[in-house]
Amino acid sequence: MNAMREISYRDAMREAIREALERDPRVFLMGEDVGRYGGTYAVSKGLLEQFGPERVRDTPLSELAFVGAGIGAALGGMRPIVEVMTVNFSLLALDQIVNTAATLRHMSGGQFGVPLVIRMATGAGRQLAAQHSHSLEGWYAHVPGIRVLAPATVEDARGMLWPAIEDPDPVVLFEHAQLYNTKGELPAAPREDIEHASVRRAGGDVSLIAWGGSLPKALEAADALASRGISAEVIDLRVLRPLDAETFLASVRKTHRAVVIDEGWKSGSLSAELAARIMEHAFYDLDAPVARVCSAEVPIPYARHLEEAALPQVPQIVGAVMQLMGTSA
Amino acid sequence: MIAAPPSGPVPYAREFALGLLADMLRIRRLEERCAQLYGEMKIRGFLHLYIGEEAVAAGAMRALAPEDSVVATYREHGHALLRGVSMNAILAEMYGRREGCSRGRGGSMHLFDASTRFFGGHAIVGAGLPLAVGLALASRMLGEGRVTACFFGEGAIAEGAFHESMNLAALWKLPVAFFCENNLYAMGTALARSESQTDLCVKAAAFGMPAMRADGMDVVAAHEAAKRAVAKVREGAGPVFVEFQTYRFRAHSMFDPELYRDKAEVQRWKARGPIHTFSARLKAQGMLTEEQFAEIDRQAMEEVRRAVEFAEAGTPEPVADLLLDVCARR
Repeated sequence: MNAMREISYRDAMREAIREALERDPRVFLMGEDVGRYGGTYAVSKGLLEQFGPERVRDTPLSELAFVGAGIGAALGGMRPIVEVMTVNFSLLALDQIVNTAATLRHMSGGQFGVPLVIRMATGAGRQLAAQHSHSLEGWYAHVPGIRVLAPATVEDARGMLWPAIEDPDPVVLFEHAQLYNTKGELPAAPREDIEHASVRRAGGDVSLIAWGGSLPKALEAADALASRGISAEVIDLRVLRPLDAETFLASVRKTHRAVVIDEGWKSGSLSAELAARIMEHAFYDLDAPVARVCSAEVPIPYARHLEEAALPQVPQIVGAVMQLMGTSA
Repeated sequence: MIAAPPSGPVPYAREFALGLLADMLRIRRLEERCAQLYGEMKIRGFLHLYIGEEAVAAGAMRALAPEDSVVATYREHGHALLRGVSMNAILAEMYGRREGCSRGRGGSMHLFDASTRFFGGHAIVGAGLPLAVGLALASRMLGEGRVTACFFGEGAIAEGAFHESMNLAALWKLPVAFFCENNLYAMGTALARSESQTDLCVKAAAFGMPAMRADGMDVVAAHEAAKRAVAKVREGAGPVFVEFQTYRFRAHSMFDPELYRDKAEVQRWKARGPIHTFSARLKAQGMLTEEQFAEIDRQAMEEVRRAVEFAEAGTPEPVADLLLDVCARR
């Protein structure tokens, strides 16, 4: 019996939200156009009809207030899922996330936790130009007191939300906009894990470390490398904070080479943190310096060829690996 | 420009009236001691004193029920105290001790207490408002019937958080009492220098929210306004905005040289001081003698003395526990 079924990332996420709403009466979904419109990315389509306007709650364009209200509702005993349309707009709510949600437990001496999930789309690739194409996951991963997740597969889109809701602390969950239409095989009982990175493809020559929207690119690069006789291991980070360093360090200790793929800008990025961790803990296992493939240091441009040139692409990943292997691409 | 001192009959039973007086004196004596302790370097960081504004917290807190929720600002010693947080725990917090109400993690600006539903202690101006909206939303969704009282200064009105939160609360008809403590200065910036519209009740009207204004130097007026507001909110028709017109007698914080206001203005407001004017009214009504006042004051000072003793004897949190409570203990 084959328990797998094919599903899109969007539908998997919708199933996860629906299940959460069914499973716990304290859960509700709140955000811009999550109700009548059906969600900007159609993730919440149909949920208003099923659960009503109290639990699938359309908000005004007030990111600061409705994220803050999500924090307050969590303090008050609810288990809110707040959808911020995209990471770009989350900057309007950054104060509430960083100064309030992330600090309350510690600042109150452990008295007040914030069991809140904030979902947001992230990433570029659809010619939306500089104000709709940010990848700021690394900023959030900088902050103690919050957990940061980046589901990259349909199984994680389906499986990571429930444990995020059960987490007694705030969780920021990033959905790369390019992933919504991707399809994959979903097991009958998806893995519910928000602690660990995953090895998505085993290999022995080099570790490709990626997450979110960069994971498909890393896997494609691994295919291309295989045809050249290079065996790449692909690590899906999944959890951006707190980092599961053991998984990627074990991989690097085995392969002795690492390439980090990060759609964020290189300067001050999560890729920099990963490279530093590898340097601190696996320096003597390395056969070559850690390489990084990141976005060009430019506001993401509109024109398609320029946008493509600004973002990490498969040939760059392959090229970076070839260089590490001492072979020209 | 500055109104006459609060006067007229106090419409309360003696016990309640003396309770209000004691409330204000407890805050006053605690904070006077805090200022000294700051000078002695026992308390560090920022210290924002509420001295002069006590009538607002005293009047408002007695309008709330134990099941209600309170959100306050960084000038919240008085709110925490009158909400029921012990003076010992408040002062120990300012000492940075583990016996403090936030285990020494918060300090003066971040007093918290779950048992009295005192949700802090927020030091980003305006940031408490969205939180209050969410607490009220939770109460409504859970059918708990709690009112959330949200204190903030008039400075917060310039923040987007104020407008977004007022709109959301009014739009969703949530049980929030927005208590604006208008002490005329956002740190050093006078209201007229920061707001094109200085009538704050007009701002509430823009959200279709009932608004009222009260003399925040008069504990009777403050209590009556808060009582009406809380009752209206509890009816379930949505939020209410109250502007308490008050004045802080001390500097914004311990670092403020007060270059932005003249001493004569402060003196004129001190003539409206909430404690001595209320005492005078009680005496005129035969509800209070000089000896009784002295006794209430003595009790407040004794409570402060014991709190200092408690804080002095407090223990520092072990550095080994530095990372405790960043995330939930598992």
